[in-house]
Amino acid sequence: MSILIDQHTKVICQGFTGKQGTFHSEHALAYGTQLVAGVTPGRGGLTHLGLPVFNTVAQAYAATGADASVIYVPPFFAADAILEAVDADIKLIICITEGIPVLQMLRVKAAMAESGALLIGPNCPGVITPGACKIGIMPGNIHQAGHIGIVSRSGTLTYEAVHQTTQQGLGQSTCVGIGGDPVHGMNFIDVISRFQADEDTHGIIMVGEIGGSEEEEAAEYIRTQVTKPVVAYITGLTAPAGKRMGHAGAIVTGGQGTAEGKVNALRKAGVSVVDSPSLMGIAMKELLASST
Amino acid sequence: MNIHEFQAKQLFKNYQIPVPESIVATTANAAIDAAKSLAGDSWAIKAQVHAGGRGKVGGVKIAHSVDEAGTLADAMLGERLITQQTGAEGLPINSVLVEKTCVIKREFYLSLLLDRQAEKLCFIASEAGGMDIEAVAADTPEKIISVFIHPAAGLQAYQCRQIAFALSLQGEQFKALQTLMANMLQLFIETDASQIEINPLVETAVNDLLALDAKINFDDNALPLHKDISALHDLSQEDAKENAAKQFDLSYITLEGSIGCMVNGAGLAMATMDLVKLKGGSPANFLDVGGGTTTEKVTEAFKLIVSDSNVKAVLVNIFGGIVRCDVIAQGIITALQEIKTDLPVIVRLEGTHAEEGRALLENVAPNIIAAEDLDHAAEQAVSLAGGKA
Repeated sequence: MSILIDQHTKVICQGFTGKQGTFHSEHALAYGTQLVAGVTPGRGGLTHLGLPVFNTVAQAYAATGADASVIYVPPFFAADAILEAVDADIKLIICITEGIPVLQMLRVKAAMAESGALLIGPNCPGVITPGACKIGIMPGNIHQAGHIGIVSRSGTLTYEAVHQTTQQGLGQSTCVGIGGDPVHGMNFIDVISRFQADEDTHGIIMVGEIGGSEEEEAAEYIRTQVTKPVVAYITGLTAPAGKRMGHAGAIVTGGQGTAEGKVNALRKAGVSVVDSPSLMGIAMKELLASST
Repeated sequence: MNIHEFQAKQLFKNYQIPVPESIVATTANAAIDAAKSLAGDSWAIKAQVHAGGRGKVGGVKIAHSVDEAGTLADAMLGERLITQQTGAEGLPINSVLVEKTCVIKREFYLSLLLDRQAEKLCFIASEAGGMDIEAVAADTPEKIISVFIHPAAGLQAYQCRQIAFALSLQGEQFKALQTLMANMLQLFIETDASQIEINPLVETAVNDLLALDAKINFDDNALPLHKDISALHDLSQEDAKENAAKQFDLSYITLEGSIGCMVNGAGLAMATMDLVKLKGGSPANFLDVGGGTTTEKVTEAFKLIVSDSNVKAVLVNIFGGIVRCDVIAQGIITALQEIKTDLPVIVRLEGTHAEEGRALLENVAPNIIAAEDLDHAAEQAVSLAGGKA
């Protein structure tokens, strides 16, 4: 009925008592997310937003058996926070923080490689299964429970895809923002393979951008492994080479990572690639109509 | 962040990476003094700008006397150097590096960077040095060798041997290369670099290895951790509007078109530029005002956009999520009251309270247009900016 999270997912929040942690935890609770505790070192024993605060993730996990942790700590503390969650046996870690030095993320990825934990982000809006569980900074009200899986490197473009699929009456099964950093957790293939296996997901929208080669790798995976309709939008056709376009990972270097290359790879794989970001919802609706 | 060659070479020296003797000069007289104190009979005079391709456009010249060193420096200083990497305006030459020349037997390429796919640091080496490495990779990929560094195990001797054999370096030269690579890796990690490039790394007449050029880029995310590196930042080498934007925490990049763009979110900002192009126009900039958009930020963003005389229309594209569209619309109205621009401003609002936001923008001023949707907004902007570019 969804991937990664559902109405039973128990969530803790690292950086819970901070400004960001508090603001987005209030919204998550209002949405109905099973937020069960928070972690802020030195604030253990307090109650915040009606929930217990712990000094360490291990203590929070021992007390709650949480399935997931969402991280809202400043960038130079975030690598530590991710590894603390991994060490405490949290199975799904969502890091919203933007601005983590890339060498720190290299070490994090190497250190967590054999843990079995999944990381979403960093520098991402988070993950939501509409009507069931919202983990992250996305506006809950634009979502609608439904059957389209959305995966994206960009926050606001995810919201565009969500809004359009809601307007088309398709709704979303789960939406995953994988983040705009060059080194990050789950990639397109990790998410798309789960959408392919999820009975309740009938179509997939992927939103990519310049930089790296994950869209090209996803294209090859879709060509050989995915039977569901896929709509893609790739941004950055007009981005000048060598410039970082907002996201740390959005950069064309040495002719690699161009939007044209990604669009071509996806089209060759049979993906319906739209030219305008406003066409994602309509294209999915048409594709679903023609494939049934 | 980029730094100058002379700054990179100072960092190389600090990490025992061999470089030719050199002195940086900001006047012709200082260049003459530099040549005298370096001794020898010829010197390279190298324009210090944040761009490659200097040699092809007169940014690197050889002086055969101390007086000529002064003449060449004088001709460069105060000018702007236009290379294939700078754009039409070029970059100001505020200093030159006066460097002792050496006899070159062979030229190699050596760099260290992050490979995103492997999620490892990667040394790239080639026997074809002193050339455009991307062209070498495209034309003769067999001349490129890559070795990946495991984050825990670090650089291994066999990896240095792989590169040494590929470059036909033996004995003392292999040892020198091994030390050089270890020092490069240490410099990279300790300063949070994102790329270190030596092109060319030369073999001299006496078989020494020397870094004849030096290029280092740093991870912007890590700069607050390195005050000494941040201090090397040279604002004169960057676009004035891009520098101004940073002070207000706006992500801005200057482009050459006529439609100013103001957008929330980096992905949507790029998508807006692409859409302008798709509709036959040309974007004047990339601008991400960020998620928690405030009136102050919107005001500063408008100021930046209208300060570009190429701009003929402004396209505002906002997806209101947790920050509601009516709040954003009010911010736009307040900002425009302060800016007082006559340029057409086309506003597309979508998301939370979008209709309330659009209603607020009605009848505020004749040049403010609330667009129905994104495609219409882009079409109107292109049309009002004078049609197709």
